[in-house]
Amino acid sequence: MGFWRKYIFSTDHKIIGIQFLFLSLFFLLMGGLLAMQMRWQLGFPGKPMPGGGILPESMAPGGVILPEYYIQLVTMHGTFMVFFAIMPLLVGVYANFLIPLKLGAHDMAFPRINMASFWTAFLAGMVMLASLFVPEGASRAGWTMYAPLSARLDLSGAGLGQSLWSVSIVFLGLSSILGALNYITTIINNRAPGMTWFRMPLSVWSLFITAILGLLALPVLSGAAIMLLFDQTIGTHFFDPPAGGQALLWQHLFWFFGHPEVYILILPAMGMVSDIIANGSRKPIFGYHSMVFAIIAIGFLGWVVWGHHMFVSGMNPTLGSSFMVSTMVIAVPSAIKTFNWMGTMWRGNLHFHVPMMNAVAFVAMFVIGGLSGVFMAATPVDIHIHDTYFIVAHLHYVLFGGSLFALFGAIVYWYPKMFGRMMSERWGKIHFWLTFVFYNLTFFPMHILGMAGHMRRLYDPTQYDFLKPYQPMNEFISVCAFLLFATQSIFALNFVISLFRGRKAELNPWHDNGLEWTLPSPAPHGNWTQVPSVYRGPYEFSSPLVAEDYLPQTQKLPTDQEPAVLAGAAS
Amino acid sequence: MTHATTTASLMRPPFPAERGVDAHNLKLGMWVFLASEVMFFTALIGSYVILRFGAPGEWARPGTVLNVPVTAFNTFLLICSSVSMVKAFAAIADGNQKMLKVWLLLTIIGGAMFVGIQAYEYTHLVERGFLPSGVRDGSELAALVANGTLPQATMGLYGSTFYIMTGFHGFHVTCGVIAMTYLYFTKALRGKYTQQDYRGIETVGLYWHFVDLVWIILFTIVYLI
Repeated sequence: MGFWRKYIFSTDHKIIGIQFLFLSLFFLLMGGLLAMQMRWQLGFPGKPMPGGGILPESMAPGGVILPEYYIQLVTMHGTFMVFFAIMPLLVGVYANFLIPLKLGAHDMAFPRINMASFWTAFLAGMVMLASLFVPEGASRAGWTMYAPLSARLDLSGAGLGQSLWSVSIVFLGLSSILGALNYITTIINNRAPGMTWFRMPLSVWSLFITAILGLLALPVLSGAAIMLLFDQTIGTHFFDPPAGGQALLWQHLFWFFGHPEVYILILPAMGMVSDIIANGSRKPIFGYHSMVFAIIAIGFLGWVVWGHHMFVSGMNPTLGSSFMVSTMVIAVPSAIKTFNWMGTMWRGNLHFHVPMMNAVAFVAMFVIGGLSGVFMAATPVDIHIHDTYFIVAHLHYVLFGGSLFALFGAIVYWYPKMFGRMMSERWGKIHFWLTFVFYNLTFFPMHILGMAGHMRRLYDPTQYDFLKPYQPMNEFISVCAFLLFATQSIFALNFVISLFRGRKAELNPWHDNGLEWTLPSPAPHGNWTQVPSVYRGPYEFSSPLVAEDYLPQTQKLPTDQEPAVLAGAAS
Repeated sequence: MTHATTTASLMRPPFPAERGVDAHNLKLGMWVFLASEVMFFTALIGSYVILRFGAPGEWARPGTVLNVPVTAFNTFLLICSSVSMVKAFAAIADGNQKMLKVWLLLTIIGGAMFVGIQAYEYTHLVERGFLPSGVRDGSELAALVANGTLPQATMGLYGSTFYIMTGFHGFHVTCGVIAMTYLYFTKALRGKYTQQDYRGIETVGLYWHFVDLVWIILFTIVYLI
């Protein structure tokens, strides 16, 4: 097998997962760079940005960010982070890497479709990146692309960049659908003998529900993006009110996709955190079945709440109330999960390794983000805080405090199985503590700004008298954001240096029970020569049956029966 | 063996596994994919319904712009190709490779003719002045708008929704024809389908019936009402 087949056009699910990892970490960096420029403008409006001289006149003449560039920053920061960083990090990387390894399959059900999924996502990413560099610059309508600003180029002043956004999203949708159908088929049909539904790790359960959400939500976004593209290029009128089109139709289509998308961005994180917390507590996960049903409930409820993004769009108040109630109901399964995580840790034999620290931070930050979500679900409150920094604070608490902390944990946790080496424990802890502190200092004050009426996507807060007293807070947030960004270089260095200098990883460095830890690090192509048999669930820590404090799913005790192979399995 | 075939042979049955459903991977994968396709067409059809009900005025009456008899024949043709697909499937289920080739070829021809007639319909419509953006100035249809036969206010929406729905359906038919032609030359002609293994025919058949079903809905809501 040549280099190209093995590492570039690979059909191996582990290599594809690693390809997604590098691609999405690159976009995480890009999204972060854009955020730093926004923070400069908000903290120090109208002052030349250090190093801003390298930007062209159309973006920042003399280093001073122009309003038309600022709105591109806002738009592309959101787009990069949601579609090309967090979503592929959670789904592209960990659905690909973990599903076959944790279920005892040789590979995905359709390896070549899996490869197509990555390269479609790569193409989508490059198109989106290119849109920043075309003459009129990138899209200017915010990551939610509200029409008619997005649909009518004469209104936004954007050109080709706006169309490239739509094209890129259509490709991304295709990539996600191809991935999702692979994950679903693999989970349903390719589990090792004995890996019954309720012996699957919660990470796989959450990725399964996520894949169903992606499968059904992304085609709606693709359809909407195609309509938007046609409005922009061939003069159709879907979102063009003067010709009878409906601008609100875009909002409905976008959020019908967008709210399931919110759970696509958090469910896999919840699943991986469950695995890590059980491991770090050396206890079985508390309430396994209720965890599974909570995931399913969140996945289902995610479909009937999209209207809560549109409370101020002039919808019928009765309809608004029903969206409010359905949204608040989601707090129930979310609370079940939160209490189960606490129940798992309670009186556990806690091992605070780096993944565990990040996982615990996930739980804490998710509680803050979840509670602020309940505020916004209430229509009377939302009308006040809609499109303010309160929303920005909330979404960063769930996407950064939630998903990204879970991802820092997951990256460190499965790094040895990906690359055969361990990341540095000491630098991991330093990175965690600095990130945790600066993250909260950056995003918590945004709640206060939002309550004071600081608008989202605002170019220059100092032009409003009522926001002038809050300018020192904006400066403070900006400084903390710069420090938060700088802290990530520790993670980047730890990641890269460990690739070459990290301690060689043994088979099972975290003393975990999952099937992937029975394989060499890194796992070979095809994973298993002989498909393993599974005898129990994944969370048998501190079992009295064995001397060690963990009991792998594949370890056969004298009392265990060989799993029956179903009659239909050979057809 | 190439990398991909190594992987595929590792995964080929008999593969001892917990099975969630009693269907092979290709069939299950196609059903899952079709669920996604349902959502895609729902987005387009749902938008059409919302735009038509919320339109500022009357919608053009059926038959004034579109040539219904020609498309009715085209619908009949596509349904026939679904029948020939079933015959191809039944033939190979009986192990009859010869009839598989005949019926699969007929299905391909039926699908290709459907796309051909749709292309003819499109060129004819564009000639008469019907565009995705509405009615072209100075065209035959523009005269109908001027004398009040066609409603001025909704022709833009009519063009937008008509072309996006029928266009993406035509794209799906084209993909199906390409897939079947590929299977015809690489598998069916070479006798690779047997009574024991005809998963490809079963899978492409599922897709083909889905595309047919979508067209029956589209023909009803776009051409007839």
